[in-house]
Amino acid sequence: MKNLTLMLLVTMLTIAGCKPKTGTSVASGDAASKVYVAPGTYDEFYNFVSGGFSGQLAVYGIPSGRLFREIPVFSEDPETGWGYTEETKPMLMTSHGYVPWDDFHHPALSTTNGVHDGRWAFGNANNTPRIARIDLKTFRTAEIIEIPNSSGNHSSPFITENTEYTIAGTRFSLPPDYEGANTDVSISSYKDNFKGYLSFISVGKETGNMDVAFQIQIPPLNTDLARGGKGPSHDWFFFSCYNSEKAFTLLEVNASQKDKDFILAVNWKKAEEYAKAGKGQHQKVKYTHNTYDEKTHSATSEIKTDVLVLDPKELKDVLYLIPCPKSPHGCDVDPTGQYIVGSGKLAALIPVFSFEKIQKAIANNDFEAEYDGIPVLKYESCLHGEVQKPGLGPLHTEFDDQGNAYTSFFVSSEIVKWNVKSLQVLDRVPTYYSIGHLCVPGGPTAKPWGKYVIAYNKITKDRYLPTGPELTQSAQLYSIEGDKMKLLLDFPTTGEPHYAEAIPASLVQPNSTKIFKIEENNHPYAAKGEKEAKVFREGNIVHVVMTSIRSHFVPDNIEGVKMGDVVYFHVTNLEQDWDVPHGFVVKGANNAEMLIMPGETQTLKWEPDRVGVFPFYCTDFCSALHQEMQGYIRVSPAGSSVPLTFSTGKTAAEPPAK
Amino acid sequence: MKKIHNYSAIAVAIAALCFLATFKFPFWVIYLTAPQYPEGLTLYIWLHKVSGDVEIINGLNHYIGMAIIDETQFPEFDILPYAIGFMVGAGLLIAFLRKKKLLFFYTIFLVLFSILAIYDFWHWEYQYGHNLDPDAAIQVPGMSYQPPLIGFKQLLNFGAYSFPHGGGFFYISGVVICCIASILEWRRGKKQLTPKIR
Repeated sequence: MKNLTLMLLVTMLTIAGCKPKTGTSVASGDAASKVYVAPGTYDEFYNFVSGGFSGQLAVYGIPSGRLFREIPVFSEDPETGWGYTEETKPMLMTSHGYVPWDDFHHPALSTTNGVHDGRWAFGNANNTPRIARIDLKTFRTAEIIEIPNSSGNHSSPFITENTEYTIAGTRFSLPPDYEGANTDVSISSYKDNFKGYLSFISVGKETGNMDVAFQIQIPPLNTDLARGGKGPSHDWFFFSCYNSEKAFTLLEVNASQKDKDFILAVNWKKAEEYAKAGKGQHQKVKYTHNTYDEKTHSATSEIKTDVLVLDPKELKDVLYLIPCPKSPHGCDVDPTGQYIVGSGKLAALIPVFSFEKIQKAIANNDFEAEYDGIPVLKYESCLHGEVQKPGLGPLHTEFDDQGNAYTSFFVSSEIVKWNVKSLQVLDRVPTYYSIGHLCVPGGPTAKPWGKYVIAYNKITKDRYLPTGPELTQSAQLYSIEGDKMKLLLDFPTTGEPHYAEAIPASLVQPNSTKIFKIEENNHPYAAKGEKEAKVFREGNIVHVVMTSIRSHFVPDNIEGVKMGDVVYFHVTNLEQDWDVPHGFVVKGANNAEMLIMPGETQTLKWEPDRVGVFPFYCTDFCSALHQEMQGYIRVSPAGSSVPLTFSTGKTAAEPPAK
Repeated sequence: MKKIHNYSAIAVAIAALCFLATFKFPFWVIYLTAPQYPEGLTLYIWLHKVSGDVEIINGLNHYIGMAIIDETQFPEFDILPYAIGFMVGAGLLIAFLRKKKLLFFYTIFLVLFSILAIYDFWHWEYQYGHNLDPDAAIQVPGMSYQPPLIGFKQLLNFGAYSFPHGGGFFYISGVVICCIASILEWRRGKKQLTPKIR
């Protein structure tokens, strides 16, 4: 009996010790050396990671996972002055006025012939629909264009093979908002009055300048993600969508009823032909186009009023629907351009469509139905095959250079590697926890660089030291060089990353701008030397045309400003040396500071709220005498007779003015 | 008057072309490195100008009160192109005339000119290194900032390297060629004066 008790106790203890292991430490022995980038050496890849609700684009090094920079895009950045300086404010203008924030989900790196060219990154604003172009020379937002007739700009800003177009789709269908359209409709009239739009924004071949070329009006589906074709499918664009149920309330349930939603196959080349032939309707709309000029160091915001809308019900060969299981999210084209992978986020399989079969089905009019006047192709006719039992909740797929695909699974929290041709599952690794998008360097292009897959997880839980209820977001780096995927590194991320792309550093690093040339500075208030510094009055506006160089401002003593004046500090950084920005701020400034790069001019607006003397100083530690880089501005009562004077280095006391 | 050997004439012509080349390449280079300047700062000194990171160096030098490097302050930049032009012309003329005495004068002139130029360069370096603004922000008692004439010297956080550059090497080659030619001609002359013993 005693023995039996002992045995029972031992058994119980053993069971208690058998609590399933979590992934606390599953990195293999040599992981550290694989991600170690020695001090002073460089990472192999740049990783451009969307900030989600931060609205910005973060730049990391891979394999180290080190954060280099957060590029301000759709959200104000008081740290640099983005959205606060007079020069950058127009970048955040929209048809709704100044919008200080947005939700940035997907970067798209420009390609030529389907291969990364390292010129630009595009980014989408999900809330107030816009696309931004970020210049990879300066790592700055160069252009932002608003999308008319649009909302929930989620399936964006994916690009065509030669970056001919970047695209925008409507995750939230809406009543069209062109002039004359009835927008004040009952929400329950969704089926009749709501529309979706697929917008094609042309990208200037040399300049990168964006222009809304045409829009395709579609039924009120919620377009989710998209990819451009490549190689044989060059002329096509593929969008996933959910809510073929046309639900407008409790979508969680009502948009998950049907067994299949769609992948929209768009022949953009045909649409382009129709657009050029004027086979659409010009609608009067209102949207902004904001551009930043590197020579004037200033942005301009322009209102545009025309958009060309194509109707695929009339233009029959522009749009086809392919049934795809259960609310597809990812819609990804393999490097050869022959296979399109749909990822139904509620499905338990992954359908892979064949471009060749889709073309054949179209040629044979192999339609199973029409959906709001749009032909629906037969699922089986388009299907290359299904990956069986891959996992739960497939979201997004990228590819390596060996013919393999990597699909993220939110529900089963794993990455699954499978072969595109054979559809066989080859390997799976857990992610911690609940992966959203994933990224293989060059994974969406015709030439994947391979080597790693990076998971951007939605849930962090116990992976890091806790920081209260709000935790860091988490990315994970896996090696894909062998047959088995291997976890190498966890690294925290800013904002909430959705999609990300990685590109070899060698395609970006050599082009990085070091300074702006002072002789090319065409800012209207630039002082290209200390002799050009001045202060002058225009009514109640005082312009301070100021220079900064290690380690002083010219002027640094300003008097004669009066209550009721509006002061503009136009500060030019005269440095022509690498990595010597200066900052500027004045006491009581209600906006922000600003950082001024070498050769650049930026302007801070200041409205003094009281009489007194106010210090201003350099905020960017610039030199051994940075602390001395300061000055004073005196504000006198309205109607005071203090003359407007300015100086630097004048030590003889002037007779005190009263 | 004695004529010089064919080879000597060719040598002098080559020397003259070397002098000509100094118009095309910087004469001297001063290269500065510091902890915060891993990429280095370079000052090229030409016959008629300075180039490279002049503005940045000037900006940094104001902390220790060094004078601004300003091309217009150097009369040398006006004189040197003519001086070198003269050397080219004279060298080619000697190669054509092949007069021995002229070669000797020419060589002596080159050597004296070079010594003067080195002294002048050193003098400017001395001026810049010692003539400091008494109001400078950084003042280290007893410290001067004279860059080395040739070689390396540590000046506070900056390591300063000073070496001839392309043009300088051409110039030195020209002078050395003329010296060798003169010495050989001198010895040849002596041999011819010595009666043959046989």
